[in-house]
Amino acid sequence: MLRYVLSRLLTFLPTFLGVTLISFGFIRVLPGDPIIVMAGERGMSEERYQEMVVKLGFDKPVLQQYWDYLTGVLQGDLGESFVTKQPVWDEFFKLFPATLELSACAMIIAIALGLPAGVIAAVNRGKFFDRALMTSALIGYSMPIFWWALLLIIVFSGNLGWTPVSGRIDLLYYFDDVTGFMLIDSLLSGQEGAFKSAVRHLILPTIVLGTIPLAVIARQTRSAMLEVLGEDYIRTAKAKGLSPLRINGLHALRNALIPVVTVIGLSVGTLLAGAILTETIFSWPGIGKWMVDSIFRRDYPVVQGGLLMIAVIVMIVNLSVDMLYGVINPKIRKR
Amino acid sequence: MKARFLMAAGALALSTSTAFASTLVYCSEGSPEGFDPALFTAGTTFDASSHPIYNRLLEFEIGTTNVIPGLAESVEASDDGLTYTFTLRQGVKFHSNDAFTPSRDFNAEDVIFSFERQRLDDHPYNKVSGGTWTYFTSMSMPDLVESVEKVDDYTVKFTLTHPEAPFVANMAMDFASILSAEYGEAMLAAGTPEALNTAPVGTGPFSFVAYQKDAVIRYQAHEAYWKDKAEIDNLIFAITPDASVRYQKLRAGECHVMPYPNPADIAAMKEDPSIIMMEQEGLNVGYLAYNTTMAPFDNPKVRRALNMAIDKQSIIDVVFQGSGQIAKNPIPPTMWGYNDAVQDDNYDPAAAKAALEAEGVTDLSMKIWAMPVQRPYNPNARRMAELLQADFAKVGVTVEIVTYEWGEYLSRSKAMDRDGAVLLGWTGDNGDPDNFLAVLLGCDGREASNRAQWCHQPFEDLIQKAKIVTDAGERTALYEEAQQVFKEQAPWATIAHSMVYMPMSTKVSGFKVHPLGGHIFYGVSVE
Repeated sequence: MLRYVLSRLLTFLPTFLGVTLISFGFIRVLPGDPIIVMAGERGMSEERYQEMVVKLGFDKPVLQQYWDYLTGVLQGDLGESFVTKQPVWDEFFKLFPATLELSACAMIIAIALGLPAGVIAAVNRGKFFDRALMTSALIGYSMPIFWWALLLIIVFSGNLGWTPVSGRIDLLYYFDDVTGFMLIDSLLSGQEGAFKSAVRHLILPTIVLGTIPLAVIARQTRSAMLEVLGEDYIRTAKAKGLSPLRINGLHALRNALIPVVTVIGLSVGTLLAGAILTETIFSWPGIGKWMVDSIFRRDYPVVQGGLLMIAVIVMIVNLSVDMLYGVINPKIRKR
Repeated sequence: MKARFLMAAGALALSTSTAFASTLVYCSEGSPEGFDPALFTAGTTFDASSHPIYNRLLEFEIGTTNVIPGLAESVEASDDGLTYTFTLRQGVKFHSNDAFTPSRDFNAEDVIFSFERQRLDDHPYNKVSGGTWTYFTSMSMPDLVESVEKVDDYTVKFTLTHPEAPFVANMAMDFASILSAEYGEAMLAAGTPEALNTAPVGTGPFSFVAYQKDAVIRYQAHEAYWKDKAEIDNLIFAITPDASVRYQKLRAGECHVMPYPNPADIAAMKEDPSIIMMEQEGLNVGYLAYNTTMAPFDNPKVRRALNMAIDKQSIIDVVFQGSGQIAKNPIPPTMWGYNDAVQDDNYDPAAAKAALEAEGVTDLSMKIWAMPVQRPYNPNARRMAELLQADFAKVGVTVEIVTYEWGEYLSRSKAMDRDGAVLLGWTGDNGDPDNFLAVLLGCDGREASNRAQWCHQPFEDLIQKAKIVTDAGERTALYEEAQQVFKEQAPWATIAHSMVYMPMSTKVSGFKVHPLGGHIFYGVSVE
């Protein structure tokens, strides 16, 4: 197992270097000079422009700039935002808990509903439930997030008044961040009704963000289950008279889990991409909206730092998924 | 202070309706870049910093562009227009926070500190928080101000390098907000000078309580404000970037005031009995700038002929969805000095075609540049360019529409040899006509903000003279004449001034739409 872990960790290093190179290069390939974008219609004198070029380090050769960035990253310094003048690292950690909280809730809902839905659909293959579920999953997968979110807001918040429109908690509750996770902080605050308010604010964004992973997990579980259900050992189990719950829940599902876990791992990337739109619509103060703003403003340090951090998180999740394969299927770790 | 707010919030949380009695929630459109207004240029930042937290020596009267006394009780200009002496108000208190309690009232030291940090390279605060001072430099203050001197504790003298009448209006701009020198020293000593930008202390009607990035900004009324205390106790900015979501929050009672509604929602908002819709002409202009150095656009008759071919009313209907008005002058009608006697070019394609032919212009092909971004003065430049393309086609002119990424657009459109006419616009900074006419059409602005590359001496003489004289009547006459010259020479097709809409709950009273674009909550109350 240790060798397996080490071999996975070794692949981490070149990927990390590649990500620094891509994140550094990506924003520079885009047309648009950050200094001119900053000045807007007002413009600035040539002399002032040159001052800014020196101040932001653009006068150095690109390789030197990359080297400075890389050495900074290795020392834990992601630079300062051109716009807010705040360290990128600080901004990331202020905003990331909000994204993590929302993504985790969306993922929990997606797994909690997607997995049983896929199993039930597979067991009832071709029947009404299967067809209804798979059609819903296809619709869920194809729905534009922006439209879906606005529809839910207009119906449930605007017309019915059941859920709040946006934000993380009712504005009348005010307490300092302890963990950055609103569910936990609202409990710690001890203020009456704060936790309930935080939960109510999570409902719509969780549904919106969880819709696509839910659809993907349900479909993947169904197809993996169908494959396993046709295997000889399942027929043997049936012949032995085991209960359907034991056959489907233990023998079939465990063997169907590998592709499902892969999909769940890959969904983390999808969640972070979906968070960009979901956060913008629900005024959710996470890293998605922060990244989009920084791209439009050509805020190089934020784009570089943010991309790098997101890539590292996705890499860590995928590494964990790789480890999990070994737990689910012992054969894999021996390879 | 924080504890008191907490208690208030906790108690108020029990009953939403009671809570809103003294709390105003404003659904702002974006996050501030920071809280030191001199470091930034965005209106969103000024809404969150300079308007609630700070004062300036002079202020714009809310709802107008008139300059009135602020932290200075009076200002006196010397006869040669080279020195301005400000007499400061006494007994003005700064806010306090967890890290700082002021030991003295506002005085001349604070004025010196607020300007010298922007002006002097060796000032300890010059490089703090990136120190770009973009507005200060873009208003040419480094070249204009020779010195800022303390005469006594309550008198400050500004000496200028040359006479410039708009200086007075500049002193009411956001970058001229007054910070506490004592707070500056304290934070420098504590090794946290950037606190001026993150934990602001000012003299304004509201003191800063907390900012949760991209989510909420909280303020509370400044008890010792030098004017009457604000009518609302707590001011909350709920950052809500999507206009449709802001509208839903207003409907659901989650906020009281929202800026920048979707044009498509305006009609429904006007019908809604729970919403008051305030509106005012914006202090802006959207225009099409010809390159007046390139044939055949170097001929004013050709430019005027093309202007006659533009159906501006269709543009107002389609691009602005009715929320704009036709522009005939380069400055908006809400600004002093506006010349209403100027006659706009009639929309007359037949006459336009004949005028072009008379100048020997046939089979003309040209480019029109369409901005890639939305602005109040041009909500959809691509659509506007298409309408212009259709209009010009009727007079035999073929148009190719081009566009670039915004930074590239701004940069390339400045070029002296630029091929084509460019769509752009401007929103006023200080309510002075000089801020439009000299910046956008003056000879010095060529290859920069003067996108028409236009330098016409009779016009230049008028605006330069208006810069120097201090008599308001004389300045008005000069600017009126300059607009007449502009119209005859037609370096631009002036297209539109947009309307500004502010939907708000019927519970809100006392709000005034500010022509300079700011959203100001002093003097506003909530039921």
